[in-house]
Amino acid sequence: MYDTNLVLGGKDFSSRLIVGTGKYASNDIMRQAHEESGAQLVTVAVRRVSLPGSGDSILDFIDTSRYTLLPNTAGCYTADEAIRTAYLAREAGLGDMVKLEVIGDARTLFPDVQGLLEATRTLAREGFTVMPYTNDDPVVAKRLEDAGAACVMPLGAPIGSGLGIRNPYNIKIILETVSVPVIVDAGVGTASDAAIAMELGVDGVLMNTAIAGAKDPVAMARAMRLAVEAGRLAYRAGRIGKKLYATASSPLEGLPDWTS
Amino acid sequence: MRIVVNGRDMDVAEGLSVDGLLRELGVKREYTAVAVNRDITPKSAYEATMLRPGDKVEIVRPMGGGQ
Repeated sequence: MYDTNLVLGGKDFSSRLIVGTGKYASNDIMRQAHEESGAQLVTVAVRRVSLPGSGDSILDFIDTSRYTLLPNTAGCYTADEAIRTAYLAREAGLGDMVKLEVIGDARTLFPDVQGLLEATRTLAREGFTVMPYTNDDPVVAKRLEDAGAACVMPLGAPIGSGLGIRNPYNIKIILETVSVPVIVDAGVGTASDAAIAMELGVDGVLMNTAIAGAKDPVAMARAMRLAVEAGRLAYRAGRIGKKLYATASSPLEGLPDWTS
Repeated sequence: MRIVVNGRDMDVAEGLSVDGLLRELGVKREYTAVAVNRDITPKSAYEATMLRPGDKVEIVRPMGGGQ
């Protein structure tokens, strides 16, 4: 079945799975997991280099001719910090895309939507492709779109929680509310969660912990790839309606008569 | 003179440039960004940007991270 690509910042992606680079037991396992995931977009944090400055760089394990890097502003608690981090990422040569996070609370890692809107507005004006991590609130999603976001990235559940898609109805409403792509970011625990998200009609799923934290991250990366593809295909195929009672699949006509 | 690099106190020669600091620390230039006192220093200005006593320097690059 022919499908369109996910388009972000003028770039086309045939994969709808975006993966992270954190929490892997080794860089080599990360590299293999990326390979199996089929992802084309890979998110990275921006952090102080360890000094003195020699040593491995994570980019020795990410083939930048194959993967587009998506710097994130994880760990930023104010719009100002997030904006500065985005500029640093751009200056570092990581491009104009930014997965924007402005965190409002350390325990839940829920977004500070006020700071998020402010940072989105500023960075969009400065030519960034802004991909904001937000909560599953359709009103905020619309405001982010109006502020210039290139997509909206509602959480399925708290970051790293593995609780899955806790409010699929809100995700559906967000899909009806905005015209930019909707990418579920955070909360996915296993393959079925990714499939459920895609079956709702979202344009993509971003995950890190679900793959990196699995017992076998490379196998889980493949499971996630298949789940995202299966969910997308099921969404486009158009599922049947749900009914309370049975509907026979075999015709009732032509049944043999066993009465004597 | 004393400067602070990535949160660490350092003693460096007077008149050291950002370029000189990166060289002294052995920091790779690719995918690296520098800010001095919160302002980002463009790569093209590394040689011309002289550090002053008390300057706070941040040197960053991509690291593993997810959401």
